[in-house]
Amino acid sequence: MEAKIGFRNTKSVIFKGIVVFFAFVITLPLIIVLIYIIKQGITQVNWHFLTNVPAPVGEKGGGILNALWGSFLMVMVAAVVAIPVGMMAGIYLSENPRTKLAYYSGLCVDILQGVPSIVVGIVVYFWIVKPLGTFSALSGSLALAIMMLPIVIRSTEQTLKLLPDSLKEAALSLGVPYHRVILKVIVPCGFAGILSGITLSIARVIGETAPLLFTAFGNPYLSSSLTKPMESLPHLIFTYATSPYDDWHNLAWGASFILLMFVLILNIVTKVITRKWKIQL
Amino acid sequence: MENTIVKAENYNSYFGDNHVVKDVNISINKNEVIAVMGPSGCGKTTFLRGINRMHELIPNATSKGKILLDGENVYDMNAIYVRAKIGMVFQRPNPFPNLSIYENVIAGYLLNGIKVSKADKDIIVERSLTSAALWKEVKDSLHKKGTFLSGGQQQRLCIARAIAMQPELILFDEPTSALDPISTSSVEQLFHELKANYTLIIVTHNMQQAARVSDRTAFFYMGELVEFDDTKQMFTAPADQRTQNYITGRFS
Amino acid sequence: MENKRLNLSNSQLKWETFFKRILIGMSILLVLIILGVLATLILESMPSIKSLGIGFLWGKIWDPVQNIYGAYPFLVGTLLTSFIALIISIPFSYAIAIYLGEYNPKGWLSDLLKNTIELIAAVPSIIYGFWGLFVLVPVIRTFEMKIGVAPYGIGVFTSSLILAVMIIPYAASLGITLIRMVPSPLKEGAYALGATRFEVIRSVIMPYTRSGLFAGVLLSLGRALGETMAVTMLIGNTSAVADSIKNAIFGPGNTMASVIANEFTEADHTEYLSALIELGLVLFFVTVVINLIGKRIITRFTND
Repeated sequence: MEAKIGFRNTKSVIFKGIVVFFAFVITLPLIIVLIYIIKQGITQVNWHFLTNVPAPVGEKGGGILNALWGSFLMVMVAAVVAIPVGMMAGIYLSENPRTKLAYYSGLCVDILQGVPSIVVGIVVYFWIVKPLGTFSALSGSLALAIMMLPIVIRSTEQTLKLLPDSLKEAALSLGVPYHRVILKVIVPCGFAGILSGITLSIARVIGETAPLLFTAFGNPYLSSSLTKPMESLPHLIFTYATSPYDDWHNLAWGASFILLMFVLILNIVTKVITRKWKIQL
Repeated sequence: MENTIVKAENYNSYFGDNHVVKDVNISINKNEVIAVMGPSGCGKTTFLRGINRMHELIPNATSKGKILLDGENVYDMNAIYVRAKIGMVFQRPNPFPNLSIYENVIAGYLLNGIKVSKADKDIIVERSLTSAALWKEVKDSLHKKGTFLSGGQQQRLCIARAIAMQPELILFDEPTSALDPISTSSVEQLFHELKANYTLIIVTHNMQQAARVSDRTAFFYMGELVEFDDTKQMFTAPADQRTQNYITGRFS
Repeated sequence: MENKRLNLSNSQLKWETFFKRILIGMSILLVLIILGVLATLILESMPSIKSLGIGFLWGKIWDPVQNIYGAYPFLVGTLLTSFIALIISIPFSYAIAIYLGEYNPKGWLSDLLKNTIELIAAVPSIIYGFWGLFVLVPVIRTFEMKIGVAPYGIGVFTSSLILAVMIIPYAASLGITLIRMVPSPLKEGAYALGATRFEVIRSVIMPYTRSGLFAGVLLSLGRALGETMAVTMLIGNTSAVADSIKNAIFGPGNTMASVIANEFTEADHTEYLSALIELGLVLFFVTVVINLIGKRIITRFTND
């Protein structure tokens, strides 16, 4: 009996060792990737790099201004579309959980969350690029907006569902109409959760390439027009990384570093918002 | 007749097919404190919420009959207006956590976008908090959020918030059942003071509280208004056997 | 004050209905978007569906020049990369879930690991692809020389490796939540009978969370199936079916997502384009079904 217990205990310790090993060893690839990107990219970044468009092949120098500006513009437009739509849908789902519409709408949010980003690109191509006859920043923004929607909707819905009913009742009993109850009491009380959902969705789409492949397409020049093709950080990285030119590889490393920094900062901001701005109920 | 502020005429409430308040007829006068008591599930809270039209906010909740406020049927009036005209205080204190104490008191105006000058706002806030016996305790922290207040203080803040809208009638839904004994007695003391300017209808689970604070008491049982009489009369010599059973603790 | 409030209330009522209608409208919009996606995919792949029929799914040749289209190479590529990635990732996902769910649910080390896992999911796939192209590929090339296969470097195996890392967080974070949900009384009962930690995990926690963990695996699978950029950069973009299993795994290939990414803008005639769209339709169905099954299992699990 005693020997058996000893054996079983050893098994338990070995098992824990295996688990700990597997759990922590997986951080290695991430650390390797991060360090490599930072090492390769940080040397590329300087004022010139951030304020110029890429140089033609063979010429030295050049930068990623067109991609920086393009990403910023398209994500902003996508956010302007996705945030109100997403919040309104999220409010509906949290306020009317038992209706038929809530069931089907919620189902569609789940479906949308699983749709591959390349399929979104295909569809927006036929919805906007083909009719307009040109690749455009607008179509890119729409594709990104569609990808932001499920995240914004779910985080709004879940945040609001956690708020107690007594909050709504108190406002309603004062003779406050429903829309003001939602907009001036419920949403402000859920502000932290909703905002973190928004920053999370931005962090997600800022690195998306596939939906932009056949919508915004890419542009070697700086552009602010929504109806013309536009470059973006991830798309630039893709094009230049897969090119045969060393100069362009360097540009891609620098761009990767910048993109990585943006994503990291946005994720940190999300965590800070959730922690600091949460309204105590 | 002139003194009647609230009158229910053949009032019925339903949750879907469930008939929870049956044919209530009751007449309440100005500046009275009315206690509404009865065992769990007797319909007293549902009846109360029918007065300021909060009942219909629940899905599948309907009602029949009239509730007259100063002679007008509330069910013919704009529901939002009715709710603004009648104050309500709930079982659990529910100040708005995203607003300061000051903003909580004038929340009725703030959230409705009603423009009031800063001077008037200050007057309303001070007057309401004083009537709710809270002014001295919070006057130096008006712009802080109310989460540091005790349960009793939060409840008095909710009372101040209701008073700030200048209602004639204030409804209380088991207002002290979530409070400790000391806070409970401070709120009960408040009922006494509020009576001068307002009419109070208080649903309570606590018989002794009904006996302590009210002029007249209504006893509900299984959806019906069984008895409505002077509090002293009801507790010493009730007319109905069911009231007698409830008072002597045969069921709760 | 009285009249002001009455007037205000009447106009408020109009806003009320307007607001409620907008909320409903936005929810309907969601349904319309999904219906629109489905309709567009079906419509645009109609030419291909009509001319190629169901045989499209097992057609082994993909030759746009001769207008012969078969999805088989991409189905194989997709399934191979996804399943290899899944098999590689499962031990890691489970280990993280067990460690953070049972052994070490709180504390600074636990938070650090949890944040690292979330970071893995946050890194954009294009960056994984880029890094993989320049760092992983040469390493795999040397590895392939050592084990005696054709040293492409790129290929199904390489993309599966990167994919494995990328999908670990999905099953892991779901697993953590599920394992933390195992009721203490259940575990304590086993401990009281003298079970070791390992035995409690094996006999109590694992059976309890089995269906939920399976759902996590499905979610990881769904993610793998839809991944485009990292795979496109590392898989070699060859649309031919490999002649042996060894070459299928270590040689170049294509997935449904990667062939669409590569050839969509070059598709200059209708049959070509609609064949690609049909691939997109198949991809859509497969990922959606897998994700929905996974979500259904999770809701059933959390409702019990």
